[in-house]
Amino acid sequence: MSIPFRYSLKNFKSRKTTNIITVLGISLVVFVFTAVLMMAYGIQKTLIATGNEDNVIILRKSANAEISSIIDGETQNIIRALPYIKATNEGKQIISYEPVVIINLDKKSGGISNVTVRGVSPEINYLRPQVKLTEGKMFNWGSRELVVGTSIEKNFINAGIGGKVNFAGDEWTIVGKFVSDGSGFDSEFWGDSKQLLNAFNRGNTVSTVTLRLDDKNNFEKFKTAFDSDKRLKQFEPKIEKIFFEEQSELMANFIKILGIFITIIFSLGATIGAMITMYAAVANRTREIGTLRSLGFKRRSILVVFLFESVLISLVGGIIGIFFASGLQLFTISTLNFASFSEISFYFAITPDIIIGSLIFSCIMGIFGGFFPSIRAARMNIINALRAG
Amino acid sequence: MKILKLIFKNTLRHKLRTFLTILGIAIAVIAFGLMRTVVSAWYAGVDASAANRLITRQAVSFIFTLPYSYRDKIANVKGVKNVTYANWFSGVYIDKNQFFPRLAVDAETMFDVYPEFLLSKEELETFKKERNSCVIGADIAKQYKLKLDDIMTIEGDIYPGTWEFIVRGIYKPKFKSTDATQMLFHWKYLDETMKKVSPGRAGNIGWFMIQIKDPNRSAEISKEIDALFENSTAETKTETERAFQQGFLASTSAIITAMNFISFVIIGIIMLVLGNTMIMAARERTREYAVMKTLGFSAKHLIGLIMGESLLISVIGGGIGLFLIFPIVAGFAEVIPKGFFPIFRIVPITVILSASSAILIGVASAVFPIQRAIKTKIIDGFRFVG
Repeated sequence: MSIPFRYSLKNFKSRKTTNIITVLGISLVVFVFTAVLMMAYGIQKTLIATGNEDNVIILRKSANAEISSIIDGETQNIIRALPYIKATNEGKQIISYEPVVIINLDKKSGGISNVTVRGVSPEINYLRPQVKLTEGKMFNWGSRELVVGTSIEKNFINAGIGGKVNFAGDEWTIVGKFVSDGSGFDSEFWGDSKQLLNAFNRGNTVSTVTLRLDDKNNFEKFKTAFDSDKRLKQFEPKIEKIFFEEQSELMANFIKILGIFITIIFSLGATIGAMITMYAAVANRTREIGTLRSLGFKRRSILVVFLFESVLISLVGGIIGIFFASGLQLFTISTLNFASFSEISFYFAITPDIIIGSLIFSCIMGIFGGFFPSIRAARMNIINALRAG
Repeated sequence: MKILKLIFKNTLRHKLRTFLTILGIAIAVIAFGLMRTVVSAWYAGVDASAANRLITRQAVSFIFTLPYSYRDKIANVKGVKNVTYANWFSGVYIDKNQFFPRLAVDAETMFDVYPEFLLSKEELETFKKERNSCVIGADIAKQYKLKLDDIMTIEGDIYPGTWEFIVRGIYKPKFKSTDATQMLFHWKYLDETMKKVSPGRAGNIGWFMIQIKDPNRSAEISKEIDALFENSTAETKTETERAFQQGFLASTSAIITAMNFISFVIIGIIMLVLGNTMIMAARERTREYAVMKTLGFSAKHLIGLIMGESLLISVIGGGIGLFLIFPIVAGFAEVIPKGFFPIFRIVPITVILSASSAILIGVASAVFPIQRAIKTKIIDGFRFVG
């Protein structure tokens, strides 16, 4: 390694306090930056995992969420007659007619929150194979029983197996617990579609209809058949995966915009910190810079050395920040999804993209913080520098 | 006085460094203030709630409705002054990204129970008379450039169909905390339409808003109301408007916690920046401090000198930040889509918190250098080379 770079590394050691403080400042900024991206990605990941590419969900066109969609029995009959719907070996169509409602339950952490209760049809196992019972049994078709998603069981009082939930004038017993590969279904109760409709006195009017296509490539054809039926004018088919991804947009964007905006503001703070440190480093080493110059090092090398030092400081800070942020993966967040008005729980999730992004972000802070001080160092006049006190 | 002069001189010794530090503090105070404003916007509903109002809704959750017949029963409860009601209409206005609340309300009583929605007498009378008219908040009128007699077309989702309403009134907020982003129309209009389209869903009320005579009796009255409907198919849950709003907030507590956390991280970062500046300054002046000690200045003077400089910088930075935060928040309030945060403004506590955080930064940053300056023996101070 050439002398100037080694000189830079040595400096890191000899001015410990100042450099540690600067590194700490940058690591805090990068920590928050990474955490925000992880949070936004976490909610997206959860909801994307909820939808399946082979499934099509049908909602009322103007509905933003499942709970505000309404599909009457007649429309359901029309949908049933559409082509490209997959059938089981026994010849039953794989369709689930789902009433989706929200009930209030007490959270273990205090307060109440909205929990989704979804009615499903008997072909559900073919439709959403990712949902698996881990404890207890499936609810009995035709009785007032429910199965609970693992996140709800974890976060709410009395939501475990054997617990009872009161709504629609009836007591519903929880008989089983399921997991769904970390998808949004983990934050739901499931029961028999017909029982729920009956209890809520809804006749056969459901919220959404989800069906499996015989081949996912047939979606466009299915949509054409759907759109050509005038009776379905008010409704809209969507690939389930896309629908749930959209359900995460509002939250993810909110977190991202707010978070990135905030981190940019205080990255300015950290950059200023780095700048102060670098200016001081340049000022303190005026004579040394003069010596380097008189030894024959060019202005450009001086510039590069100080920039290198600044980027090194910020990179170390960035790596520390990312390291602690990645520890957040152990934590779940459980909050209200603005789009569906119901509880959703998700993990902080990190990706290589987020890591690279955060590293670039910390480098940028280093470059901005080090740029002007490095120029000052490079511009120094040899004689004056050597004379400096 | 001498000390004060010395503080000023010291502050100006490294002009660039002082300038950068002040800039950093100003930015931090702005970021902190913005963050607190977002948090307080979150709580705006709680602030706006009146002590003499109760909310009665279906016990299961807000998406279930109550029968219209409950109205008279509630009105007969002792201590109840006025009962009004509303339905969440939702629907799509222009496109799916317009979030402001659209409610079907009782035109006769709504503005009695919500006196903070200021509507002129003439406008109120016209609104009451016309079934398909609506009243909108001043903020909504401004954002969508709506005037009296304009038509609003809304595509229904919970209540399917295309709905048209004529704007017959624009209400103004009485307090700064009053939500002026609502669109209110006749519940009777909605109900008549439902009678024709889906009779099963007619006669349903989303929630009742109850004005009571004595706020101190809110707990008793709530219990009495809920007791009326116990063991029916639609049990009720009655609570004060404040408790109702807080219940909603509790479910987003994770986000509020995150924002609170971030706002204090900002303070932490800037403490590091100013701390760094002060440590550098004190380090460079180690020899001077030794001279001062020899001349007979006590530790008190040194503390005053360092703390004073640190506070001076942080107060100037904080002052600039506080000065700029007002136009910046106002700018944001213009840009954020209405309905996301109906109320977005600086509350007094934000100003107090920002100012005190600037002072806290100043004090905390001086602690370490002071300690070092006092501890250093005179002889070591003289020996010190930069």
